[in-house]
Amino acid sequence: MVDVPLGAAGVPPAEVEDVELYHPKSWLTHYVFSQDAKIIAVQYSVTALSIGLVALMLSWLMRLQLAFPGALSFIDADAYYQLITMHGMMMVVYVLTALFLGGFGNYLIPLMLGARDMVFPYANMLSFWFYLLAVVVLFASFAVPGGPTGAGWTLYPPQAITAGTPGLAWGIIMMLVSLMIFIIGFTMGGLNYVVTVLQGRTRGMTLMRMPLTVWGIFTASVMALLAFPALFVGCVMMLFDRLLGTSFFMPEIIEQGARLPYGGGSPILFQHLFWFFGHPEVYIVALPAFGIVSDLISVHARRNIFGYRMMVWAIVAIGALSFVVWAHHMYVSGMNPYFGFFFATTTLIIAIPTAIKVYNWVLTLWRGDIHLTVPMLFALAFIVTFVNGGLTGLFLGNVVVDVPLSDTMFVVAHFHMVMGVAPILVIFGAMYHWYPKATGRLLSVPLGRFHFWVTFLGAYLIFFPMHYLGLMGVPRRYYEMGETAIYPQSAHDLNIFITVMALLVGAAQLVFVFNLIWSLRHGREAGGNPWRACSLEWQTPVTPPPHGNFGKELPVVYRWAYDYNVPGAPEDFIPQNQPPLAGEMAGRTP
Amino acid sequence: MHVVLVLVLVAVGSVLFHFLSPWWWTPIASNWQYIDDTIIITFWITGVVFVAVLLFMAYCIWRFRHREGHKAAFEPENRRLETGLTVITGLGVAAMLAPGLFVWNHFITVPPDASAIEIVGQQWQWSFRLPGEDGKLGRTSVERIADDNPLGLDRNDPAGRDDVVLQGEDLHLPIGKPIKVVLRSTDVLHDFYVPEFRAKMDILPGSSTYFWLTPTRTGTFDILCAELCGTGHPYMRGSVVVEEQVAYDAWLDGQQRRMIAQQDETKRQKGEVRAQQ
Ligand code: HEM
Ligand SMILES: [Cu+2]
Ligand SMILES: [Cu+2]
Repeated sequence: MVDVPLGAAGVPPAEVEDVELYHPKSWLTHYVFSQDAKIIAVQYSVTALSIGLVALMLSWLMRLQLAFPGALSFIDADAYYQLITMHGMMMVVYVLTALFLGGFGNYLIPLMLGARDMVFPYANMLSFWFYLLAVVVLFASFAVPGGPTGAGWTLYPPQAITAGTPGLAWGIIMMLVSLMIFIIGFTMGGLNYVVTVLQGRTRGMTLMRMPLTVWGIFTASVMALLAFPALFVGCVMMLFDRLLGTSFFMPEIIEQGARLPYGGGSPILFQHLFWFFGHPEVYIVALPAFGIVSDLISVHARRNIFGYRMMVWAIVAIGALSFVVWAHHMYVSGMNPYFGFFFATTTLIIAIPTAIKVYNWVLTLWRGDIHLTVPMLFALAFIVTFVNGGLTGLFLGNVVVDVPLSDTMFVVAHFHMVMGVAPILVIFGAMYHWYPKATGRLLSVPLGRFHFWVTFLGAYLIFFPMHYLGLMGVPRRYYEMGETAIYPQSAHDLNIFITVMALLVGAAQLVFVFNLIWSLRHGREAGGNPWRACSLEWQTPVTPPPHGNFGKELPVVYRWAYDYNVPGAPEDFIPQNQPPLAGEMAGRTP
Repeated sequence: MHVVLVLVLVAVGSVLFHFLSPWWWTPIASNWQYIDDTIIITFWITGVVFVAVLLFMAYCIWRFRHREGHKAAFEPENRRLETGLTVITGLGVAAMLAPGLFVWNHFITVPPDASAIEIVGQQWQWSFRLPGEDGKLGRTSVERIADDNPLGLDRNDPAGRDDVVLQGEDLHLPIGKPIKVVLRSTDVLHDFYVPEFRAKMDILPGSSTYFWLTPTRTGTFDILCAELCGTGHPYMRGSVVVEEQVAYDAWLDGQQRRMIAQQDETKRQKGEVRAQQ
């Protein structure tokens, strides 16, 4: 790899003049219709976190129903299916995708790359407002006649648009429209993130010097730009089927005794479109989490991330491979069974770069100087839950093993562990880590530790035993588990236990929300770089960074973001914008 | 050092839970023991990795925790270690994939002597169709579905004349004979799932899907639906009875006689109607 030579003379000259930013003149353009990526990031994060709370409360209702079937009279089967659908869709798309890319992407990309802002600030602002509109449409579906759709977050036709599924009249239309608006909004943001990474880096910030957080968010954005169109197309086609009577996904069908005027379409076609989006979506959530957690571990273990180049390579390889594994969600869908060979092989191959990432995280701990700060606790817990969920993925990816397990609670447990709990632990870790940059104050540590222990252990106790319900043969998406000869009484008790845990974990999130609000005023003053970290966002002259991020001069980068405990250095970290020290070998660090 | 303790507890606790908890798969009742074996191999490999990673983490945190004067080592990469780990991972993955693909090949290759039966999913009940003496199922189509023909049989197809249609009744299967299960839906997706058989497959409207199995244990097993099919999804149940050949033959005989009696009855009624006109 060619590296930019060290030394002031070796820093390439600026290619373009510093551009004048848009300067807001009123309160409205400053805080509401803002074009500053940091404000947009906060807008995205607050919106996504609020939806997260709603989706969490929906899960309480679902869990209460599963533990005590019929006890809550307002949850009938219709309502239950509406709850799981809204819960699943909100969590995956409107919370996790929006939070990682719109929230962390907006906040961290310009700051970490030494840029003043995103390259297209106006489109960036529009991106948020489209997102908000999508959210409004989604929530409006609670108010329309018939309520939201209950088709499951996968929205499989024909069932999504035929009788027997709640929300047939309006809910499904609102859902499809909301998703389309979301995708339009995301595209404006996503192009921004990608172009900013490619074009907006400061002098000396080569691609191979970018923090892994940026690599993760960058790769995920590229993937999202390629994957979301498949969902968009699927939504358009389903809307046409529903409203105009086309038959893209609709074969000849009898609906409650009456023949519908459809014919010739393929339900499996929708599944292919959905999962061509849906599988990359898993990694769109996971890759930013991978990147962020790498940085958290490195900073708080005071040690360079182990195998940086391998980590970058693994992120890119996972991103590319994840476009050729989608049909592992469809092994028993009735598609041509010979596809199974191909998709099982690609799926298990993707396990290799994923495993490399895990090794490099734990090898970063090896011979580190581990500070068990709150962000570090969350990062460690991420490794535990991610390894657990990743390993059960090897069951479901290995085509024939998936046959008995698919569509059971094993799947629900698996994906909650790997793309629910694990990324959310990273989000929490990241919030504790960057909150001081965004607000100038640290979050309360005792509250943080409490929040950590309840969330980590509680979530593990919710989802680990759940695998065994699936192994026993309890299908997913059951309004109640019901009685069969094979379910022992103890399985019902386990359901109650899981629900109690879910309520506890949910309650602990309120402590986090309280911490976020309370620390805004009462948190300890953080200073500019409380974690003594190397990357550029911690080197801003003012904290929280004002409009334009860096003062008069943009920083110049001389090294990678992981110079911790470099032998001979006066401190245990060397910021990225620190020129070579006396006696430091040229080209020593990657 | 709570963290170290908790990591060790999570590792040990998960293993203990696996072996001691009462929740495990039901005894198998089909030839798909292979699937169970592959799952066991996978449990061993993944279990070892899980415990190893957790214990290694716990050790690192304990050994390299921050103390006054302690410094981390600076070591950007280690080519040999990274390559070695990649190779070992590749081998472990291959050790799971190879048996998996081998069994999958078996799973999708229906033996030539398998007899076909048809299972139809409709919101929210199961229907079954068995071939009569000729061993063949007659043609069907959605257009023909009517109140007196809920499965849409083609009454002009000679192969279908003697088909046995079961609605709202248990499915019976003879033990030890390979069966090709052909699946069909007339409305939405369903999935025929008998936990004891391990095998399952989605059911689609517009085209048919299949899988095969050989029942290996007599008994009565619950049929569940494993693909969301609307609000009745959890209540779409049925039973399958696996029995010895003799008992099965007697049952089939009874069903055939019932079918013939039914057909005569319909003919007689139609004749009466015509006579009245
Ligand atoms: C402690 C927090 C959570 C609890 C207690 C919980 C609980 C549940 C429950 C009970 C179901 C329905 C299972 C079924 O009947 O099939 C479900 C489905 C689902 N959840 Fe969660 N969940 C939580 C967090 C999350 C998170 C963070 C995500 C983000 C990925 C998520 C994504 C989903 C998805 C995609 C579904 C599937 C919906 C469907 O079947 O259509 N959940 N969750
Ligand atoms: Cu069904
Ligand atoms: Cu169903």
